Amino acid sequence: MASVVLSEAEKVYIVHGIQEDLRVDGRGCEDYRCTEVETDVVSNTSGSARVKLGHTDILVGVKAEMGTPKLEKPDEGYLEFFVDCSANATPEFEGRGGEELGTEIVNTLYRIFSNGSSIDLKSLCINPREHCWVLYVDVLLLECGGNLFDAISIAVKAALFNTRIPKVRVLEDDEGSKEIELSDDPYDCIRLNVDNVPCIITLSKIGCRHVVDATLQEEACSLASLLLSVTNRGTLTCMKKLGKGSLDPESIFEMMETGKKVGKTLHIALQKTLEKEESLGTTRQKVGFLG
Amino acid sequence: MAAMELRLPVPRKVVSQGLARGSDKHLVAPGDTITTDTGYMRGHGTYMGDEKLVASVAGAVERVNKLICVKALKTRYNGEVGDIVVGRITEVQQKRWKVETNARLDSVLLLSSMNLPGGELRRRSAEDELAMRDYLQEGDLISAEVQAVFSDGAVSLHTRSLKYGKLGQGVLVQVSPSLVKRQKTHFHDLPCGASVILGNNGFIWIYPTPEQKDEEAGGFVTNLEPVPLHDREVISRLRNCILALVAQKLMLYDTSILYCYEASLPHQIKDILKPEVMQEIVLETRHRLLELEG
Repeated sequence: MASVVLSEAEKVYIVHGIQEDLRVDGRGCEDYRCTEVETDVVSNTSGSARVKLGHTDILVGVKAEMGTPKLEKPDEGYLEFFVDCSANATPEFEGRGGEELGTEIVNTLYRIFSNGSSIDLKSLCINPREHCWVLYVDVLLLECGGNLFDAISIAVKAALFNTRIPKVRVLEDDEGSKEIELSDDPYDCIRLNVDNVPCIITLSKIGCRHVVDATLQEEACSLASLLLSVTNRGTLTCMKKLGKGSLDPESIFEMMETGKKVGKTLHIALQKTLEKEESLGTTRQKVGFLG
Repeated sequence: MAAMELRLPVPRKVVSQGLARGSDKHLVAPGDTITTDTGYMRGHGTYMGDEKLVASVAGAVERVNKLICVKALKTRYNGEVGDIVVGRITEVQQKRWKVETNARLDSVLLLSSMNLPGGELRRRSAEDELAMRDYLQEGDLISAEVQAVFSDGAVSLHTRSLKYGKLGQGVLVQVSPSLVKRQKTHFHDLPCGASVILGNNGFIWIYPTPEQKDEEAGGFVTNLEPVPLHDREVISRLRNCILALVAQKLMLYDTSILYCYEASLPHQIKDILKPEVMQEIVLETRHRLLELEG
């Protein structure tokens, strides 16, 4: 991952600041940086979102395609994830450099969506054993400024919220052969229920305290961080430790409590922003990439 | 209490034009024709195309008699002798350190062009060479002066003064080198309680004002005692103010930073980075700077 080198004195300064609940940019330990979310930024996707969290810049596109359901789950659709680490983010990603990080993110995303409650996969089924919708979720890292996982999960949730899948009907004729009919009205589509889609909260242990939304500099001071996926009700669905350091069981419990609390605020803020954007509809001037 | 600020992006607005004098600057984008007159000389940032002088970078046109240059807003650092820079050590080599200074090539700091601890002037022995990593290691920050610029643009630094040397606790902010105003001194002890080094290369170091000046003579013993909370608040506020000034493309020098700091006082430190607050305090700073100019 994009990392920065710091001198010993700079690290000491950051660690002492966190101990006093005043980070370098003036935030407290449980504050996020100012985040911008915009959906529907790529016109040739079923749903897309762009999230800017400080310097971290993420673009997510969701494309719905028709496919055959998996054998073990004949009445469900499924999601496919792909992460592309653009060399624009950091020269390290050039060639195959970003592959390792990309796979790590993809695996994490599969893990947090692998349960039945995150998203209603049954609604993606068109016709059991034969046809279902496959949602290809493509994540593009445009810039890395720390706290990648949180930003990606926010962007994925926003893109899924924005996703519109065309309505189809299955017609069956006398001989039993089935035909799929697409609705004529392009606005006639189904939307996904994203209420239960979890977001990732990364808590980095720095010194003897933990912080949310660490910047690159803070990540350089942290030996271990805990990645929690939290739903809007504050339920923990998945947990993972990153980094080479170890964590005390007691501090893991503390971090879980903070994660749940922060997760709830995050979901409320995200839901509010997405609803606000939708209510503004076409009256809002799109910003996109050139605004 | 956890704070989470999620918002929709707002389109960039054109900042109030005509507020500053000299806003009639000739601005160009790459490919713009600067002049069709052939009587001019081609300077940096320009090229000749079909008898026309064309800009190759985005920035402001500067004319010195017959010479036309374009000074880019966003650029790497082009070293000049006598500049004060802040840099980070990237490599320890034979008798030299490689220093990252935001230039196109890594700068060098020779073992012979620095004051060693103890301050005595002597020949550098083999022991000194072996102990180089004890003085400065990878990741360390230094302040230095440009001693020479090589033909390929690489910069050679020196720290042969008690002013320069290894930097201790503080915060580094990286900005575009063209936003740092050239001044007589780049070391400032601000009256708000912190000090800044405005490196000509766009690296800005904010640190608590040292209590006794003569103690830094050694320069190699860094003080790792916790910085008091009050100093931290000032440093964080200064950092955010500098970022606000940079976002609105205002030149950085002691007065502009101090005015911005004073304008930001009604706001919480973390709120300074919100776009609307940034705009507000920078506008106030600009007004005050204009008043000062008269």
